[in-house]
Amino acid sequence: MDLSFAPQDIEFRDEVRRFLARDLPKTIADKVLEGLHVGAADTTEWQRILHRRGWGAPNWPTEFGGTGWDAVRQHIFDEETAAAGAPRQLPFGLKMVGPVIQRFGSEAQQRRFLPRIVSGDDWWCQGYSEPGSGSDLASLSTRAERDGDHYVVNGQKTWITLAQFADWIFCLVRTDPGAKPQSGISFLLIDMKSPGITVRPITLIDGSKEVNEVWFENVRVPVENLVGDENRGWTYAKFLLGHERTNIAGVGASKRELLRLKAIAAREKKDGKPLLVDPFYAARLARVEIELMALEITNLRVLSAEAEQRAPGPEASILKIKGSEIQQELAELMMAAVGPYALPFRAAATEASFDGEVIGPAYAAPLAATYCNMRKTTIYGGSNEIQRNIISQMILGL
Amino acid sequence: MDFNLTSEQKLLADSLARFFGSDYAFDARKAILASPDGFSREVWSKLAEMGLLALQVPAEHGGMGPAPVETMVAMRAMGRALSLEPYLTAAVLAPALVRSAATDAQKGEILPAIASGERILAFAHGEEGARYDAAYVATTATRSGARYVLRGRKAVVLHATSADTLLVSARTSGEAGEPSGISLFLVPPGAAGVRLVPYKTIDGRPAADVVLSDVDLGQDALLGAEGAAWGSIASALSLGVAALCAEAVGALDATLAATVEYTKTRKQFGAPIAKFQALQHRMVNMLVHVEQARSMSYLATMRADDDDTRERQRAVSAAKVMIGTACRAVGQEAVQLHGGLGVTDEMAVSHYFKRLLAIDVSLGDTSHHVERFIAATAAV
Repeated sequence: MDLSFAPQDIEFRDEVRRFLARDLPKTIADKVLEGLHVGAADTTEWQRILHRRGWGAPNWPTEFGGTGWDAVRQHIFDEETAAAGAPRQLPFGLKMVGPVIQRFGSEAQQRRFLPRIVSGDDWWCQGYSEPGSGSDLASLSTRAERDGDHYVVNGQKTWITLAQFADWIFCLVRTDPGAKPQSGISFLLIDMKSPGITVRPITLIDGSKEVNEVWFENVRVPVENLVGDENRGWTYAKFLLGHERTNIAGVGASKRELLRLKAIAAREKKDGKPLLVDPFYAARLARVEIELMALEITNLRVLSAEAEQRAPGPEASILKIKGSEIQQELAELMMAAVGPYALPFRAAATEASFDGEVIGPAYAAPLAATYCNMRKTTIYGGSNEIQRNIISQMILGL
Repeated sequence: MDFNLTSEQKLLADSLARFFGSDYAFDARKAILASPDGFSREVWSKLAEMGLLALQVPAEHGGMGPAPVETMVAMRAMGRALSLEPYLTAAVLAPALVRSAATDAQKGEILPAIASGERILAFAHGEEGARYDAAYVATTATRSGARYVLRGRKAVVLHATSADTLLVSARTSGEAGEPSGISLFLVPPGAAGVRLVPYKTIDGRPAADVVLSDVDLGQDALLGAEGAAWGSIASALSLGVAALCAEAVGALDATLAATVEYTKTRKQFGAPIAKFQALQHRMVNMLVHVEQARSMSYLATMRADDDDTRERQRAVSAAKVMIGTACRAVGQEAVQLHGGLGVTDEMAVSHYFKRLLAIDVSLGDTSHHVERFIAATAAV
């Protein structure tokens, strides 16, 4: 047992830091570090920069164009990029469909899709949930019927994050309506430019447009875009969900947010003293900091188990539960730090381009909106109640 | 970065699991609990045979320590078994204090006897009014010529009644609360002026208040240098917290397992109560506590002897906060899910509940360590 980094890992960390100091655009980093809106162009630009350095896919093996890093290096990279203010790499290609194509896709699919994920040429989105199928995902009803060399897809997907920018969507579709719910599902890759697809962004609680409804009306999908075997999609979907949850721990980003929180609490005053030394506030902050220290180690434990070729197990659900609770608590404490300045809300002031008159401390502008937005974390990616069901069944055997 | 035990450490864990599995069943433990010592001398000598009392004793004094991971493995096994032996006191705190504070001659005399199990040393440190402030030592040791006279009262000294020697902290200069001026003394419990007020702790362990009325000691009773024990005490307590955290993880694992097992067999409304989602999610929350506690036990184990005292304090206090929180939450839920049986003396769960409670309030409770964490973090 050894919790310290080996000398070559420290060297690696310094290499990452040098790269970030040189190649992470300051305009993008400032947005992330100040909690302002990060656009699709920023995300793509950062992916291209990483790709040029050969670091486009930190979690992939080298044979598919990834870095081949072990768990420790992935952790260091995540921590350093998050701390420096790099935008989150899109998980939909790298953490979700990519690993599925690597594991279950054909060689042709691997050659066609994987390089364009790493390079940032293709933006992927995830077509899982439907209006009537949220937690009970296997009840999904979007149909794909075989017609010669094509599937014809009809139905509606929802909660599709950033679909408005997507080139491709990976979808769970029903190919055998007669079978048990889990047995009649297939995993299809669909070009978002296909005729018959309509995208409608949904305005969220904070005024943002992150998620979308997507309709499919007689959308023709070539059969070569089926991943693996027909009607085996549920197996692939479960494999993917394990990866999604690992990503969701968000340790690096939460450590960055903790620092931002401390900086804000050090500047805010209560009874003439920094809020940071207020006993009630400090105790609450200490609690979340300690939870985050523990989560970091729990995360490393799960990553190491994965590296030893044990698939991401149900332990990943623990990461989802704790990671999301910590993110919410940090957002709540940050909002609480500015007291009544949680009230003023101007969407324009959450943009880096804002040049209007500042109300209260400048850092207050996005905090209440972020707090509202972060309620999503315990709902998405399998709600925390579903995670508890998974742990209950898979770990505790209840 | 490596979370795996070596094959020797795994072997140790396995042999401890086998040993406690056969020699420490619920009824056997109950008999040990009721015995005069409150622990088994037989088990103690078996632990010595297995080399477990030597884990904090350096090699040059007949030990194989310090061995933090092995100590963690041992404490975890004892936590799981609810072992009553004075391991934390006599095999972690005492050797840590002696190897850090004592003169070479004292080390040569005491440490081999600790490792072999011949001598049991109890740490008489806490005092009324100290709460968890380890520097609050009001007991005095007044020098008179080549002798010291001790006056004061030490509170809640675990295993004092079974100890061959009491390791007593007393102030040779300064005021209660000051780190400097604290000394350690080797006091025979039978010495004139020493009175033990024995009692059991809530989890059934023997303890005593030690009343020191003009206890007259020679120069050789002073452990190491006069007035300079603070550093040794602070680092021994860090090791103690790490060991306690590991014990907690073992006890938490066993408590959760017992609860899961019970809810699978207890039937109501025609079904095992484990099938009810309201209970399932509560057990999942217990598991999340246990896993977060396990992670922090690893951190405390690896940082408890860090030379950077602030980093050490941060890690150890953070771990104790997480473990204390887990002990309270998991213990309460375990009793609740056992229903009425949970509050009987007949089920193991009530004994785990009390041990988890005792761990939470020992060596600094959750609030205390939240404060220490804040202080250490501000100082970094």
